Amino acid sequence: MVRAASAVLLLVATCVLSLVVGTYPASVSSVLSAVVSPGNGGDVDAIVWHVRIPRTLTGLLAGSALGVAGALMQGLTRNPLAGPGILGINSGASFAVVVAIGLGVTAVNGYLWFAFAGAGVAAVVVYTLGSLGGGGATPVKLALAGAALTAMVGSMTTIVTLLDAATLDEYRFWAIGSLTRAGSDALATVGPFLAAGSLLAVAVGGSLNLLALGEDMARSLGARLVVVRVLSAVAVLLLAGAATVIAGPVGFVGLAVPHIARALTGPDYRWIMPYCVVLGPILLLLADVVGRMLVQPEQLQVGIVTGLAGAPFFLYLVRRRKVAQL
Amino acid sequence: MTATRRDTFHVRIARHGLVFRFSRRSTVLTSVLWLCAGGVLALSLGLGEFDLRLADTLRVLGGGGTLIEYDVVVRDRLPRAVTALGVGAAFGVSGAILQRIAANPLVSPDVIGVNAGASFGALFVITVLGGAGASLVLGALAGALLTGAAIVLIALNHGLSGYRLVLVGIGIAAMLSSGTSYLLIQADYRQVLNAASWLTGSLANRGTLHVAVIAGTLAVVVPVLLVLGRHLRVLELGDDLSRALSGGTRRIRLSLITTAVVLAAMATAAAGPIGFVALVAPQITRRLLPGRPVPLGTAAATGALLVIGSDLAARLLFAPTELPVGAVTGVIGAPVLLYLLARANRIGHTG
Repeated sequence: MVRAASAVLLLVATCVLSLVVGTYPASVSSVLSAVVSPGNGGDVDAIVWHVRIPRTLTGLLAGSALGVAGALMQGLTRNPLAGPGILGINSGASFAVVVAIGLGVTAVNGYLWFAFAGAGVAAVVVYTLGSLGGGGATPVKLALAGAALTAMVGSMTTIVTLLDAATLDEYRFWAIGSLTRAGSDALATVGPFLAAGSLLAVAVGGSLNLLALGEDMARSLGARLVVVRVLSAVAVLLLAGAATVIAGPVGFVGLAVPHIARALTGPDYRWIMPYCVVLGPILLLLADVVGRMLVQPEQLQVGIVTGLAGAPFFLYLVRRRKVAQL
Repeated sequence: MTATRRDTFHVRIARHGLVFRFSRRSTVLTSVLWLCAGGVLALSLGLGEFDLRLADTLRVLGGGGTLIEYDVVVRDRLPRAVTALGVGAAFGVSGAILQRIAANPLVSPDVIGVNAGASFGALFVITVLGGAGASLVLGALAGALLTGAAIVLIALNHGLSGYRLVLVGIGIAAMLSSGTSYLLIQADYRQVLNAASWLTGSLANRGTLHVAVIAGTLAVVVPVLLVLGRHLRVLELGDDLSRALSGGTRRIRLSLITTAVVLAAMATAAAGPIGFVALVAPQITRRLLPGRPVPLGTAAATGALLVIGSDLAARLLFAPTELPVGAVTGVIGAPVLLYLLARANRIGHTG
């Protein structure tokens, strides 16, 4: 209980940090007053409402979505190496964005539907390939089908960017996750997807615990394997797809946050997922804040910093604690 | 379909009292795969911008032919093809060892950070020091070996558990790819193009240096694996069971993991981080030999065939533009694995 409460407090503190820290020198009190009473027309007001609040919201939404999607994916494939990327989300979205760049789409919001469509197609293909034949979408088949398709689509992306230098120049910036590209309208667009994905995740949490015992045991305990797997996959698509759309392909969060949560709470997915909701944004927003401070007046995109900032803590946990295995 | 008594045969080396046990099925498969790889090698010596017929290629290899033919075949294509075979075999074996020890089909040197270390080292040389050629190989090698050592040391806590190794690898890989992204963002456009080709894994312009790196590695590692390889049968039962069944597993596991890391590091130094080979070669092998552990020799053959085939495709597909081989391994390897997964399902294996 203390642990959960302190995690939530840490999240609140991180959000405040994310609102206050930045290139423009604004005092804590002026930022807070701009948040509380918007519309007084000052510089701080504009910066807070047009830059920092969307940025912080992006971090909150993307972080929690990626964390939960990662936990679902690890539960579904029973593999510690599975993140949302294994369902093909990142590679599908990336390829679609490369296609969009090739077609001449330039608006940031123009990539949005391309990315979502790419993620969706990739996820459906991975799931279908993984569930061909008897036994349905078993963990090993799903993980391997995902890894294979990810490699294949990734190769295709590489080929396109290598053959077309202009696309590479545009794409290399999209390919690094960032919290600054989504405006409030983009956030409003993906909101419903995130809500639906979260509801599904809550619904399957208990069944993932059964899946962790192995297929035969889960079936004999009354879990409906096909239903649980399909619902989990849909939830991963909605959550991670939406996160990738607003923040780009951020890799480390979806993989590491579930492990951090597991190290803190143990193997129960009904606890892991709420922890992921809190820990994901903490990692993402802290990384973003660090990225703003490291090379002032420039900023480092969050995709670069998450690994640097999050990995040491992750390594510490993995080394010091008895690892809770999947 | 497990290896039955009828499937095995023995080769005795009477003088030393050594007996090697082979499985017929996997021996046949390994030979066929190596023959195919040799065939692709012969093809790739002849095909390209400067086409030669097979007979002409052989004549040039035998010392005949004009000066330009000698230049193209012996000094350009031969080192490239030999590097491809060696690198593919090294990645295949490295992946097979790691996957068997960690009992996880998704584990490969790319996932646990060895390739990320090599990439970071090489990129550092390209963008910060402005180097190329031998210094690039050295940078990649240093990056990969340091990373491998860091992963093993950090994961080494009351013995080396496969599970912890994998998690530590993820963390280190994330840090290094952050560093790589940072260097790429800071670099100017020309350097990025140059680096992008190296970072996908490329066999262009390989020379005797690269052949020496990978051939020397294999010459040292293969005898080591002939001795250590048989312990994999015990190690893949898991950390606890293997300790209960056999003493000294801790040391052997450490040596095998080190071997796998060194193989991947040397291969990456010679050809860049060619993705997916180490992951897919053991998995393809596993499905060609259902119901038994992945033999390292067969995984090596699969890896070699995949890399040299991909390189040939990478040279010919968009000719005259040449793609780096790493851009093609996914396109060629993935469908094979997906087909085998689907086929295995049909005949009642669950993968």
